[in-house]
Amino acid sequence: MQTTTVVVGAGHAGLAVSHCLAARGIDHVVIERGEVAHTWRTERWESLRLLTPNWQTKVPGLAYDGDDPDGFMTAAEVVAFIEHYARLVDPPLETGTIVESLTKNGDGYQVVTDRGTWRCATVVIASGGFNIPKFPPVAAALPGTIESVTPMDYTRPSALPDGAVLVVGASATGVQIADEVHRSGRPVTLAVGEHVRMPRTYRGKDILWWMDRTGLHDERYDEVDDIVRARRVPSPQLVGTPERATLNLNDLTDRGVRLVGSIAGFSEGKAQFSGSLRNKCNLADLKQGRLLDTIDEWVDENGCGDEFEPPHRFEPTRVEESPPLTLDLASEGVRTVIWATGYEPDHSWVDLPVFDRKGRLRHEGGVVTEAPGVYRIGLNFLRRRKSSFIHGTADDARDLTDHLARHIGADAARS
Amino acid sequence: MSDTSTPPGLNGVNVEHLLGARNILGDQPEAGQFKWRVTNEWLHGTHSKTQVEGYFGLGQENDHKASYSFESDHPLVFAAEDNAATPVEIVLTGLASCLTAGVAAVAQVREIQLRSVKATVEADMDIAGILGADPEVRNGFSNVKVSYDIDADATPADIEALVAQSQKRSAVYDILTNPTNVTVEVN
Repeated sequence: MQTTTVVVGAGHAGLAVSHCLAARGIDHVVIERGEVAHTWRTERWESLRLLTPNWQTKVPGLAYDGDDPDGFMTAAEVVAFIEHYARLVDPPLETGTIVESLTKNGDGYQVVTDRGTWRCATVVIASGGFNIPKFPPVAAALPGTIESVTPMDYTRPSALPDGAVLVVGASATGVQIADEVHRSGRPVTLAVGEHVRMPRTYRGKDILWWMDRTGLHDERYDEVDDIVRARRVPSPQLVGTPERATLNLNDLTDRGVRLVGSIAGFSEGKAQFSGSLRNKCNLADLKQGRLLDTIDEWVDENGCGDEFEPPHRFEPTRVEESPPLTLDLASEGVRTVIWATGYEPDHSWVDLPVFDRKGRLRHEGGVVTEAPGVYRIGLNFLRRRKSSFIHGTADDARDLTDHLARHIGADAARS
Repeated sequence: MSDTSTPPGLNGVNVEHLLGARNILGDQPEAGQFKWRVTNEWLHGTHSKTQVEGYFGLGQENDHKASYSFESDHPLVFAAEDNAATPVEIVLTGLASCLTAGVAAVAQVREIQLRSVKATVEADMDIAGILGADPEVRNGFSNVKVSYDIDADATPADIEALVAQSQKRSAVYDILTNPTNVTVEVN
């Protein structure tokens, strides 16, 4: 089979790319291993809602128009939104088709699937940024008697064994799971490493509204000092709830969750934690302070202070005098460890020399320069700070399909 | 050293005093609460100087016999001036000194005459960690190896046991192998 562009993945990003390609009349096919919005159907825990408010849920050609703009979609609502988008875009779609390899083929590429082979000039990889749970190396030393759970397997607290739970990682996923697991009566110890603290709302507006408004979300990959670092900044400690509640470490402490430093090892039936908890919390408090300063300065510069509530600062993260450095798994009744330690994309099927020594795809803002005609969309800070958010897709999809159109145009001119 | 403070023969460690101290701590555990202190001052570049004057222990302030100072810098390959040992080398100094003191003390208790004790310490580090080049690489040592050459009136097995017991009672060995809460503040 032959087409101009193969798009891998029919989530919101793949559909957005299809929308932009169709607008340019570029012949393409969208290949999806499951159904539209596959990961939102199968790899999300039950209580999960989007971190972004409904008004921010927009893709090229479709924006949320319901009656709860400040609410947060459940996973099922996200699936419904993406399904709606798929009907609207109506792409040439091959569902239930697993891509087995992507290889070079003359001037173009060959995409082998379990239902046939596509030859194409260009490929857009839109298969998600969160495919494989990442573990710290110490995870290998976890005693076999303890259940090891990733956020991808996790569904709800009652599916876990009774008993205490160690949650490793205090970014969005870690704090959300720690909160609901602790509420279920399973005492939680939360291992806290580097994290990004943010209030849900500030001066009466959602923090992500401020990120958009002040231009922080639009900061480009080629404008920041250290893009490698920017791309690995953990997801902010945010949760989407109908109450628009903040969920920070102080809230968890108040509810009885015990904070410890990042996981350092397992030895003689004990988990060991780093002694850097205070430092990690100080850093996150300072960084939150700088974000709020940036917002206040923006308000002052624009002379619109009377449109918002007055500025205020939040209580620093409380850290007990001597946080525990070990946790005796047996005597504390720990039955489960949940590794909320991040994800990485699965590029194992990409058979092209475009990876660094750590197996990360090399790209310039989503343009895989070492494989002309191959593009990536939907990774952390791909082109902009907002790239990993649903509303960050539109600008990226337009930029990358612009580039793609120029690429095939140049090819056409040569031939 | 005066006659009264000269420890008994063999290796020159006053073991009776140390064992006596352990008995005292049984009755007065608070006497065992020590606070070690150093002060460090930046000189220039990465060069700094640390001063050691006194410490708190046995319920009171104590002075060292003299004021000791240690300078530290970074090596030429880091484009520093290399005026003194690197901080990580001073950490290894602490480890080796602590283990060797332990070897001597344990040998004294076990009535083993030492003739020479030499330790070589090697520590591996990938500086991608401290340079921030790779988040999966830790800043600190990935591995520390201490090897002892010991000449003593003892069987090889006894010498091995000396070194093993020394690790069991070593403060710096514990500091390097187990986590510690560390708080850094700005006054």
